[in-house]
Amino acid sequence: MLVYNPNVVSDTVKTAVEAAKKQDTGWIMHHVLDAKELDFTPFGIVHLPELHLLGMDISITKHVVFMWLAFVILVITFLYVARSYRKSFVPKGVTNLTEVLIVFVRDEIAKPTIGKGFERFLPYLLTVFFFILTCNFLGLIPYGSTATSNLAVTATLAIISFIVIQAGGMMKNGVFGYLKGLVPHGIPFWLLPIMVPVELLGLFTKPFALAVRLFANMTAGHIVILSLIGLIFILHTYFVAPVSIAFTLFIFLLEILVALIQAYIFTMLSSLFIGMAVHQDH
Amino acid sequence: MKTISYLLLLVFSEGGAQSGSPLDVNPGVILWTVVTFVLLLLILKKIAWKPILNSLNERENFIKDSLEKAEKAQKDAEKLIAENKVNLSKADEEAQKIIDQSRELAEKLKTQILDESKLQAKKMILDATNEIERKNTEAFNKLKEQVADIAVDAAEKILRETLDKEKQVKLVNKYLDDLKN
Repeated sequence: MLVYNPNVVSDTVKTAVEAAKKQDTGWIMHHVLDAKELDFTPFGIVHLPELHLLGMDISITKHVVFMWLAFVILVITFLYVARSYRKSFVPKGVTNLTEVLIVFVRDEIAKPTIGKGFERFLPYLLTVFFFILTCNFLGLIPYGSTATSNLAVTATLAIISFIVIQAGGMMKNGVFGYLKGLVPHGIPFWLLPIMVPVELLGLFTKPFALAVRLFANMTAGHIVILSLIGLIFILHTYFVAPVSIAFTLFIFLLEILVALIQAYIFTMLSSLFIGMAVHQDH
Repeated sequence: MKTISYLLLLVFSEGGAQSGSPLDVNPGVILWTVVTFVLLLLILKKIAWKPILNSLNERENFIKDSLEKAEKAQKDAEKLIAENKVNLSKADEEAQKIIDQSRELAEKLKTQILDESKLQAKKMILDATNEIERKNTEAFNKLKEQVADIAVDAAEKILRETLDKEKQVKLVNKYLDDLKN
């Protein structure tokens, strides 16, 4: 798995040859961007079906396929894990791995940031954590693709997070209570015209930051790896290859770390914002 | 190098360059993300999070209870040991007391018996002395009587015989000798 994706290498060779002629760097984007086919070069290309609904293009794309793959992996894994809990109190194997993460999300993320009543948000936080984690890792395997490096995916996740945050705040404080609590107490009346837009802006900045952070982090690593590989073809020499590969390996290991950290950050911040919405007085 | 490049170009010449930017937002992907995520959330909530979190809580409670129970059992045992110790020392004390008491009793009994026997001995000695004295007196009285009788007898004989002085002396001596015997 640590040996870099042969797809990327071969594909990079192909596009680099073209790029060398045109002095074009768009070939990097070929791997980062979403596509309507699954590229298994040299074994072939699987074209995905194109679907349209009410004039909207809802074709199944590469990133959608990898989201579904994450979906299937998660459902199968947790079916197994849940069954193993029914069998015995003592965890072992995969159950140990997932238990560490579940307990981490529960005790290190949800409990300290949300406090009382955190159990209600636990299913959402756990799902978002494991979904992002799995998507991030799927981008690191050969022929894989990172669904979380698609702005549409991260934005959607952030919007769902936004909805959960607002719903959580409104359920706890009531719709009007929550909206009133957005503006800090004890503010002079004449400051309201400034404070209300600022607070509203702050409300929407949070999910925006969530979306961009995840998207940028997951895209950046891939672009750096591809650029390092591309160096060989841009400089027209084999001598740069060892350096490129060494650096690529380093960035790849870094990406494993980033995959974990970004899943953690997204969950952590969502949880933090939920906590702020639920306990407005702090 | 050029040959290799062309060879590679020939081998991998299918597939065109992609257009677009990474900042493009495809509405279809948004739809699929929502569908996938919401479905995943609902399914995992039902099949995974609820049972897993319940088991985790159950296990945590079980461990907590077990620890508490163990602690309580230990405390109980300690209390029991302390109680036993107290009981043991109490029993020891009791035994010592009983021994002391019986020793005292024996001592008392001993002195009592000793005193009693001493008293009895004294009494017996006294009795014996008295008896001896009485017997003595009795014997003496009897002797006195006998002596008187003998004297009377002797006088009678002397009178009857009317002998000379020599004979008289002889006679008296003879009687005296008889008396001695």
